[in-house]
Amino acid sequence: MITLTDFLIVSAALFCIGLYMIITKHNAIQILIGIELMLNAAILNMVAFGKFDRITNGGQIFALFAIVLAAATTAVALAIILNVYKKYRTIDPGKINNLKDK
Amino acid sequence: MNIGQVLFYVMAFVVLASALFVAGSKNLVRSIFMFFITLFGLAGLYVLALADFVAVTQIVIYVGGVLVLILFAFMLSGRETLNILQQQKSKFISLNKLPAILFAALFFVVMVNVLIKTGAGNLPWIKQAVATNAAIGPNDITVNNIGINLMTRYLLPFEAISILLMMALVGAAHLARKERGAV
Repeated sequence: MITLTDFLIVSAALFCIGLYMIITKHNAIQILIGIELMLNAAILNMVAFGKFDRITNGGQIFALFAIVLAAATTAVALAIILNVYKKYRTIDPGKINNLKDK
Repeated sequence: MNIGQVLFYVMAFVVLASALFVAGSKNLVRSIFMFFITLFGLAGLYVLALADFVAVTQIVIYVGGVLVLILFAFMLSGRETLNILQQQKSKFISLNKLPAILFAALFFVVMVNVLIKTGAGNLPWIKQAVATNAAIGPNDITVNNIGINLMTRYLLPFEAISILLMMALVGAAHLARKERGAV
């Protein structure tokens, strides 16, 4: 029998790996991947708790919503990264230090 | 130790190992493709949590959509991204990454502590769900119920998501368009 705590521990580990990536990476795409890892940890939690809700299926349905939202996030982030690259010729978030009108 | 448990540990290992590789790899392309494996492993974990519909959605949207988008972002942002990566030729555990490693590890320790102290399996509503047979069993078909719930109980969030998706689409198109007569 796989207990609920097993799922939660896997998801906590995934979340911490995402956190590490967001802190250390110097590349907007890798930071985006870190955010996706953290989102997936949250979705795993929702699915694991959704197992105990057969009638209303709250956990699974909101996991679906979170997956769709993550796709939308990635699309917008891609557009932003491409614009930033066009303007600065780099996607290191540490080197992007101007607002629109310099 | 039945086969479900063995599969769970295999999947959890695949997910965590590939996620660690993604975090540690110097090669961006390789780390993106390892991220692919992480997402597949997560779909396997969703199946083991008896959420087959979510698992299929994960494969369709994440592996089919999000990953291709990330690859696009990488390919379109050119050689500079690779140059940044090649500058940092240090080892995996270098001194300037130590605070981040410590922070993540301590956060993990705190979270595991909280999880074990809480004892998620003994929460009242979960015990009640198991007692009243409201937990999903291995032989249940959940997809019908998800469809009905999506169109009745969760109709408002569903519509809100659809509006938000449309806004994201318009916003992304606005950001990515070529400016005519730009400053």
